[in-house]
Amino acid sequence: MSNIEMAQGKLLDLARTLYGQFQNGIIPHLSLPSRTKSNIEYSIKDDVWVYGDQETHRSVKTIRGAKSLLKTVYLAELLIKEHLQNNRGSTLREIYYISEGWDIAKFHEQAESDRLIEDLEIVTGLHREDFHIRPEEDGAAVFGPLRLREQTRRGEREIHCQEDVGEAGYQIPFNVDNIQFLNHDAKMVMAIESGGMYARLIENGFDEEYGCILVHIKGQPARSTRRIIKRLNAELNLPVVVFTDGDPWSYRIFASLAYGAIKSAHLSEHLVTPTAKFVGVQPSDIVDYNLPTDKLTDQDMHALRSELTDPRFDNDYWKKQIQLQIDLKRKAEQQAFAGKGLDYVTKTYLPERLAELEII
Amino acid sequence: MEIAEELAKNQKAISVAEFFEKNRQILGFDSAPRALITCVKEAVDNSLDACEDGGILPDIFVQIKRNGDYYLVAVEDNGPGIVAEEVPKVFAKLLYGSRFHVLRQSRGQQGIGISAAVLYSQLTSGKPARITSKIGPGHKATYCEVLINTAKNEPEILRIEEIDWERPRGTRIELEMDGAYVRSRRQSVYGSLKNVAIVNPHARITLVEPEGNVEVFERATETLPKRSYAIQPHPEGIELGELIKMLRYTERKKLAGFLKETFSSIGSITSQELCKMAGLDPGRPPGSLDHEEATRLLAAFKKIKVKSPPVDCLSPIGELLIKAGLEKEYRLDFIATTVRPVSVYSGNPFLVEVGLGYGGELDKEGRVDILRFANRVPLVYQQGACAITHALESISWKNYNLAQHGGDGIPTGPAVLLVHVASTKIPFTSESKDAIADVPEILAEIELGLKEIARKLRRYMTRQSALSERREKEEIIRKILPKIASKLSDILLQDIPDIGPVVAKIMGNLMVRRLVEKEDGLALVKIAVENHGEISRTFKLHEIVPQEVYDVSPASKAIPIGDGYDYHWGLSLAPGETASFSYKVRSEGHIFSDPVVEGLEADVVTGARVI
Repeated sequence: MSNIEMAQGKLLDLARTLYGQFQNGIIPHLSLPSRTKSNIEYSIKDDVWVYGDQETHRSVKTIRGAKSLLKTVYLAELLIKEHLQNNRGSTLREIYYISEGWDIAKFHEQAESDRLIEDLEIVTGLHREDFHIRPEEDGAAVFGPLRLREQTRRGEREIHCQEDVGEAGYQIPFNVDNIQFLNHDAKMVMAIESGGMYARLIENGFDEEYGCILVHIKGQPARSTRRIIKRLNAELNLPVVVFTDGDPWSYRIFASLAYGAIKSAHLSEHLVTPTAKFVGVQPSDIVDYNLPTDKLTDQDMHALRSELTDPRFDNDYWKKQIQLQIDLKRKAEQQAFAGKGLDYVTKTYLPERLAELEII
Repeated sequence: MEIAEELAKNQKAISVAEFFEKNRQILGFDSAPRALITCVKEAVDNSLDACEDGGILPDIFVQIKRNGDYYLVAVEDNGPGIVAEEVPKVFAKLLYGSRFHVLRQSRGQQGIGISAAVLYSQLTSGKPARITSKIGPGHKATYCEVLINTAKNEPEILRIEEIDWERPRGTRIELEMDGAYVRSRRQSVYGSLKNVAIVNPHARITLVEPEGNVEVFERATETLPKRSYAIQPHPEGIELGELIKMLRYTERKKLAGFLKETFSSIGSITSQELCKMAGLDPGRPPGSLDHEEATRLLAAFKKIKVKSPPVDCLSPIGELLIKAGLEKEYRLDFIATTVRPVSVYSGNPFLVEVGLGYGGELDKEGRVDILRFANRVPLVYQQGACAITHALESISWKNYNLAQHGGDGIPTGPAVLLVHVASTKIPFTSESKDAIADVPEILAEIELGLKEIARKLRRYMTRQSALSERREKEEIIRKILPKIASKLSDILLQDIPDIGPVVAKIMGNLMVRRLVEKEDGLALVKIAVENHGEISRTFKLHEIVPQEVYDVSPASKAIPIGDGYDYHWGLSLAPGETASFSYKVRSEGHIFSDPVVEGLEADVVTGARVI
């Protein structure tokens, strides 16, 4: 059965369920896992954080529930009739605009339609890509010794991520599962938070010298970015390291790559790389490398304290580092290494850290 | 010469007019905008009192004009007028009046208000007050220009003459004064007249503003408020000094007669009883009681239960007219009113009336509007010092569905609260009559009144939320469910599913469903009845079939009608309970009409006709 038929079948199942509820005099409803911090559990099997057993019921008994179910069936119809039957797609934002014509079923803001699409993923066990829904382009990119084949609308393309791309690298498509990895010369994958550091490593030839696939994750990584990292890790058996700024927000970027995010815990198995390791910038680096720093803001301090109680950071390494940073009251950016010379990060810091992590 | 003798040379009596000349803030003339409001208010109060005395529906005309640096205020009424000799004294002598010695509710009391306005006008503009008054159609009008001689507190007449005036009767006063005209605030001439109109719905008040804009506060009723009558003081709460003064100056010869005639609510029996209780001879001349005996008499007053003072001395607005007044000036969703019974403080009868308006176009976020009234006069200033405000703040409004920040203080929400205190003597905190003093008896009555209307508000809100729940369900059923059903049929390419059973469940209705199966050439008919409501339902189920049927289960009564029979079952279903019925019928091509339910409202039954 093709992907399209499967996706269509799942959506029809959902419609049949609701139809049957009407016929049997059961108040139409859907049950979903509740998507809150308190309903996130650690899955030993997959080493990632997933939803627990708490469920929310959405039924037509309340006006909110009724409207939400109404929107769900409108959305299902759109996906079946416009997307899957015609093999077309829309972006998340376009779907929000399409609903303009749905009268009382229209979405009030994009966050609402985004949430409902996530609900559909959970109910059907599929991904939004299966429904031909794509996010807005976010420009995350890959640079490194990797040859791949991408199935595009205009035919297959073979691309080498060093030789066939410009300085910005290969742009990650929204549906990473249309990519096939052909061959590679890599020993590791490095996810990098800032564009400045990504460019620095390319300029310094770090990818060539260490056989490293560089992934520019552009802040909080999109699903496609997390998915490609996960696939590089799982299919090519490459170790993954994460290199970010040294502040609480960056630790959360690492957590979403390595542990999972609350909003998309239903996709954790699909998106999360549990073996990913954190390179830095570590709070202890601030002391060890005597880095130029900025003062922590009140929000930074608050975020750090809340991480101390976050189950995902509940281990000795993070407890020690976070506590140290709270004591230091300072944070450092990736670019802070430039203060020690442009080659310092590639010649000294990264080799030392990667050795410590036993990657090289 | 001794120092004291030296000092004595400088000591002399001060005229009351001179005193107020130097202490004008006491009378409410402390700022320019306020002075203007106070003048209008005093003149309008006088007009309303006069019309009430004369049994005339008030028609009051207020005009404010700029005149160079000064304002010209003219107030004209259709009242009974004032005889020529009295005109100068009424307007140009302080503490001259007809009401001070009488126990009965009226707006003015001490005879200060209007003469204080005249005093303020002559102090600031140097111009005399100009008064025109006419007592009836057959008479000439008196026109008079008058000043107050402050040293003597006597009127100084500059001009007095008889003139022709087109009005059949009435009084007009014109004052020129320093002032400032503000609008669009409660503390303005407009705001204050609006409040006057609310509690005097029998009056028509026309205001012409300096810019020429005309505002008319129309009457809401043609009925005059009940006239209040003068009464004797009530024994409850009277003070010893007052009692001794009364004993000394009474014209009654005997104690028993004194008690009966001097006080209200004391008859012959009660007066005898009081004397006995105080150990005093009822025949004693009242003046012969010494201090100790008077004390015993006062103690007896406190022990004996005297009936409440008669309500005649007060003129409450009444629930109907409070409602009319609020409706007239606001757009509201809900109005609650209450009138408390007459109570007494220090021998003075009083009563409290409360009105509340809710919703409509009132501000949803801000503090509630408080309209304070004393003897039908709006109180505009010093809200924070007033017993009405204090009583209001002491109530926990959260219990009554109004928000109250920090758990006390003035509540917030779309509400307006009106409190009227009527008394033969209102205990004001100061002579400017801005705020009612915190007399415990009055505080308690205001609180009781407020709580009474607060309970009414709570009942209204509960009803509203039940209604909105019902409306919400209606929206689900009428708008959303049919759309879901038709969308599902679009997606699945199947018939639109019957939403009836789901509707029955959501609405808590009684659901009746009939299923027909074919069996050996017969039709097996099953009827399922389920009560989705939260209460037990007792009713009769009828099945009207145009032919005889077989195997009826459970057995039923059958009444022949026309060609067929009415089979019916009496039943009572608890919440969630189901009942099933079945029968067989020879039925090729037979069309069933809906089952019929008898004994329930149509809107709680789904799937059956209701009779």
